[in-house]
Amino acid sequence: MTASPATPVPRGGLSDFFHRNPGLLTLALLLPPLLWIGIVYIGSLLALLLQSFYSLDEFSGTVVHEFTLTTYGHLFTATNLTIILRTAVMAALVTVASALIAFPIAYYAARYARGGWKALFYLAVMMPLWSSYLVKVYAWKLILAKEGIISWVAEKLHLGWVIDGLLSLPVIGGPSLSFSYIGTFIVFVYIWLPYMILPTQAALERVPKDFVEAAADLGASPSQTFRTVILPLSLPGVVAGSIFTFSLTLGDYIIPQIVGNSRPFIGTTVYALQGTAGDIPLAAAFTVVPVVIMGVYLIIARRLGAFDAL
Amino acid sequence: MRSEAGATLPLKAAAIGGLLFLHIPLALIVLYAFTTEEKSFQFPPPGLTLRWFGAAWFDRPDIWGPLWLSLQVALLATLIALVLGTLAAAALWRARFFGKDSLSLLFILPIALPGIITGIALRSAFDIMSVPFSTWTIVLGHATFCIVVVYNNALARFRRLSPGMIEASMDLGASGAQTFRYVILPQIGSALLAGGMLAFALSFDEVIVTTFTAGQQATLPIWMLNELIRPRQRPVTNVVALIVIAVTFLPILAAYYLTREGEHTGGAGK
Repeated sequence: MTASPATPVPRGGLSDFFHRNPGLLTLALLLPPLLWIGIVYIGSLLALLLQSFYSLDEFSGTVVHEFTLTTYGHLFTATNLTIILRTAVMAALVTVASALIAFPIAYYAARYARGGWKALFYLAVMMPLWSSYLVKVYAWKLILAKEGIISWVAEKLHLGWVIDGLLSLPVIGGPSLSFSYIGTFIVFVYIWLPYMILPTQAALERVPKDFVEAAADLGASPSQTFRTVILPLSLPGVVAGSIFTFSLTLGDYIIPQIVGNSRPFIGTTVYALQGTAGDIPLAAAFTVVPVVIMGVYLIIARRLGAFDAL
Repeated sequence: MRSEAGATLPLKAAAIGGLLFLHIPLALIVLYAFTTEEKSFQFPPPGLTLRWFGAAWFDRPDIWGPLWLSLQVALLATLIALVLGTLAAAALWRARFFGKDSLSLLFILPIALPGIITGIALRSAFDIMSVPFSTWTIVLGHATFCIVVVYNNALARFRRLSPGMIEASMDLGASGAQTFRYVILPQIGSALLAGGMLAFALSFDEVIVTTFTAGQQATLPIWMLNELIRPRQRPVTNVVALIVIAVTFLPILAAYYLTREGEHTGGAGK
């Protein structure tokens, strides 16, 4: 039913006007949120970019507000490249581990859980996702502590030597689980896991039942069906999840501070630079690194069709 | 037709194992709030007690300020996000125009980019414009990433709304405000409430952006972060952790029940 132009009702001029000009209505509705995001968020990002072209006067310790590329020059020192590499490797490992743990959960929830079980699975993923980030990190401090539950369980099972063996390994080991890369890695996987489960499950739900049945009718074994039909069709969901796990690990600065061997990651470096060092230009230049890495990552993800699965 | 057998045992084991991995840490937080052990994270706890709840309530006045600030910030950020997120969803619901997808990406960006970027970006903007830190600088950051939560919830509900009902309302002589009040709001109300609750929970325990926008002020998560880095009284931290879990769980559960039964909305036949 369209409004008849012949008999315009003489009332509420504004709503009639918008009814005839839906484009202007869209604009009027969109303007406040757009201005907010545009000014507060995009404006701030531009301010950040601007800061990265300033530099810190090494003698006075104040920021020189003049355009220069020296700050970016400082970025590419061996130490900083190690930090960037360490963070990227950690993010990649966390992403792979999350995908491996998330897939069975998502698969079960999407294909076998029904009715009440399905709701329970959904809540069981949503609760940890939304509950307090800091509390979750803190929980792992309790778990990984020398006197904590992991050591207790290992001792009861007479498996204490496994943990000691892991901790004596070079690089990933350390004095205790909560002061090693292993600890940092476990906490990262734990915290970002729900971000991987949800898009994977959504993608699995969208795999048409007919395809699976057709594959079976045509003689594919269950494992063939899984490898050639279900897995490729659910891959965009996994890639969508990996955007979150990868990006969030790249930028996190709290987990390595609380659980780990206190070697710097990109996030902790940025935090230290803007705080104690007061070198906002270098901190700003440093944050450009994860943005660039994520940009490349998103382009690849888009090729793999991850955006439709978000 | 029924070609699918039940789940295999390894799959079941992996799925249940994964869920246990997600939930055991949270259960331990609950347990440790009652432990009698003060100095370490000993497991199993040597004994159980309720005294730390009393200690947190009476002996630690430093908790109240941060708690109050967190509630204030979460409330303000939620209100702003509710208005802006609903407007954005209303605008993008039916509109078709060039660049629409980039616009929705724009609203998602604040949670898709690592929080540290949002945080330090805001910090450098305040720095350049010489804005002093206040409650409002925290709210500014929180509202920005809360918009998307409301936006997503509202958009999902708008998509189930029948445009015919709005046109019918207008044809029957209702003004735009009346249509919004009596036709649109009753249908999207529960979705907005759900979005608002999630936004509140998100803001209440946000710490990554907040450390950059708070200056010397402490919200409850910042208080907690300080306790984690330099522990003063571990059992009290345990109790606060339990309370934070409770405060965020309730809105999440409520939001789930509010959006669960949305399948049958009035004016169907989209």
